[in-house]
Amino acid sequence: MPQIFRPGANAYARIVLVCLVTVPVISILVVYVVMGSSFVTGQNVFVDQSPPFSHQHHVGALGIGCKMCHVSVEKSAFAGLPTTHVCMTCHSQIWTNAPMLAPVRASMAEDKPLKWRRVNNLPDYVFFDHSAHVKNGVGCSSCHGAVDTMPLMEQAKPLTMSWCLSCHEAPEKMLRPEDQIYNLHWSPPKDQEEKGKALIAHYAIDPKHLIDCSVCHR
Amino acid sequence: MTARSGRGYTALTESVADPVLSAPAGRSWWLLFSAGLVLTCVFFGSIFWLFYEGIGIFGNNTSVVWAYPIANYVWWIGIGNAGTLISCMLLLTRQKWRSSINRFAEAMTLFAAAIAGIFPILHLGRPLYFYWLVPYPNTMDLWPQWKSPLVWDFFAIASYLIFSLLFWYVGALPDFATFRDRSRSRAGQLIYGALALGWRGSVRHWAAYETFYKTMAALGVPLVVSVHSVVGMDFAAGNMPGWQETIFPPYFVVGAMFSGFAMVVVLAAIVRRFLRTEELVTRHHFEAMAKILLAGSIVMGLSYGTEAFQSWYAGDDVDRTVVAFQYTGTYAWLMWMQIACNVAIPQLLWLPAARRSIPVLLVIAVLINVGMYLERILIIINTLSRGHLPSMWSSYAPTLWDWLLLAGSLGFFLLLFACFLRLAPAISMHEMRKLVFEGGRE
Repeated sequence: MPQIFRPGANAYARIVLVCLVTVPVISILVVYVVMGSSFVTGQNVFVDQSPPFSHQHHVGALGIGCKMCHVSVEKSAFAGLPTTHVCMTCHSQIWTNAPMLAPVRASMAEDKPLKWRRVNNLPDYVFFDHSAHVKNGVGCSSCHGAVDTMPLMEQAKPLTMSWCLSCHEAPEKMLRPEDQIYNLHWSPPKDQEEKGKALIAHYAIDPKHLIDCSVCHR
Repeated sequence: MTARSGRGYTALTESVADPVLSAPAGRSWWLLFSAGLVLTCVFFGSIFWLFYEGIGIFGNNTSVVWAYPIANYVWWIGIGNAGTLISCMLLLTRQKWRSSINRFAEAMTLFAAAIAGIFPILHLGRPLYFYWLVPYPNTMDLWPQWKSPLVWDFFAIASYLIFSLLFWYVGALPDFATFRDRSRSRAGQLIYGALALGWRGSVRHWAAYETFYKTMAALGVPLVVSVHSVVGMDFAAGNMPGWQETIFPPYFVVGAMFSGFAMVVVLAAIVRRFLRTEELVTRHHFEAMAKILLAGSIVMGLSYGTEAFQSWYAGDDVDRTVVAFQYTGTYAWLMWMQIACNVAIPQLLWLPAARRSIPVLLVIAVLINVGMYLERILIIINTLSRGHLPSMWSSYAPTLWDWLLLAGSLGFFLLLFACFLRLAPAISMHEMRKLVFEGGRE
């Protein structure tokens, strides 16, 4: 009887055996890396806006504070976006004919709000509350980065659940004193461990319950 | 008990291999296959409708939150228990009569466990996230809840399934080599040749094989016990009257072996008929299995009695309410039917004539499988209908989709088994040859 397989078949058999183990492991790792990459999370991607509003110019160069435009950040879940009237507070006086600002003037004339594109988007099943964070020692830049250096807005952090949990599991690492909340260049001091514990007491945070499902999901 | 030595090796090999490699399928096989195919379409059609429409198509309600899908799961995994039991325990205890039934019993295990594994996914509200039970690296920091028996369950089924597949495959390896050598078509030679992994039947092959196979068998015995114990713990770890009992793990293991053996009897009758291997699967085999069924039915009776006694003896009001409900409540007629099928009717097997009559045994085996299904569904709906809160007391009735999924899963099993009969060595030729050799020497 002639041979059914050529000698090379042995090599194929060995490759298949190795693949049976390695392919599942490698594919899981590849999927993990892809799911955490900016390709999926949208991190560090500039989002085009009309008009092309620059935080770098308004916050960094002119020194306008966060709450000037995001008025409800301390009071509600939504930080709020400025009405056209807020823009026009200044732009009815300066750059009144700048072509770049045509959409703002159109919005004013037609009484239709500006259409901004969302940069930091959480899924609908996450009930994020700005006021709960800002009033309890979490500063703007912890999630949004140093917006005063961004010519156009980008998502500074991955916004994955494990990223949220990194702080919810150990809030003392990121808590700030009340006067540092709007400091866009705050970084943890050397004695953050101790200060953080004091701040947990100051804000009356119960860290035990910060990673309960219902804190963010209902 | 063995194949008659006079038949010789060639005759034995021919009687197993020829129906697969050369003989046409025959009308009865096509009937079996078509019935399986139609019901398989029903199965996957129902699954599609379930995924499209959601679990509202089941009869489950806010009190009876578990019902047919979980009962189907427990029933199928129970049937999947006997194959490995026959292969491992009977191999290690040198019960030689196992050789003619172990291969298709293992295939039964494999198919039943695979079907069982589908149902926990089907009962999920959001089945697409079933893989959250697996500990894998993810960007949600999600990790299984190790305190939950459902996670133990996932690992028990997964390891059992992988083990059954490997054990079945390793057991069939020398037989695939026989198929390779006897196959006349190029495709057959290639496929069976690849499956045989270069088996040449040398002494070194056999020495390594025997050691490996026996070691696997020794590993399989604790798995047989663990897989169904964990299924029992799904219930026993819950805080519900009628579930929270320490008897559950062993009671589930025995129940599984009982229903599994009953299914082996049914399949043995089918294999005998389709492969015309009356000389290999003899009345002696049926008698041996009948004795195991009888022993199983006695243990089941004892378990039912112990359960009722314990709840009375413990004196807990809620527990007593559930037991009273079991025997006198809404589903009492099903409970008595279950006792008739699982305990009373199998007592006929005390009579040697009943053990040796294949039709009688077949009827009893089917009734046992019905009885064991009733047991699984009643464990669920009795407890959930009479829980701790009287305001939540309820009753349950299955819907058309519940029935279609159950019937469909049976059909899918039939289809897989029909394919197995036409594609793989349904009886372990190399182990039967050993018996012929030993028979010739005596």
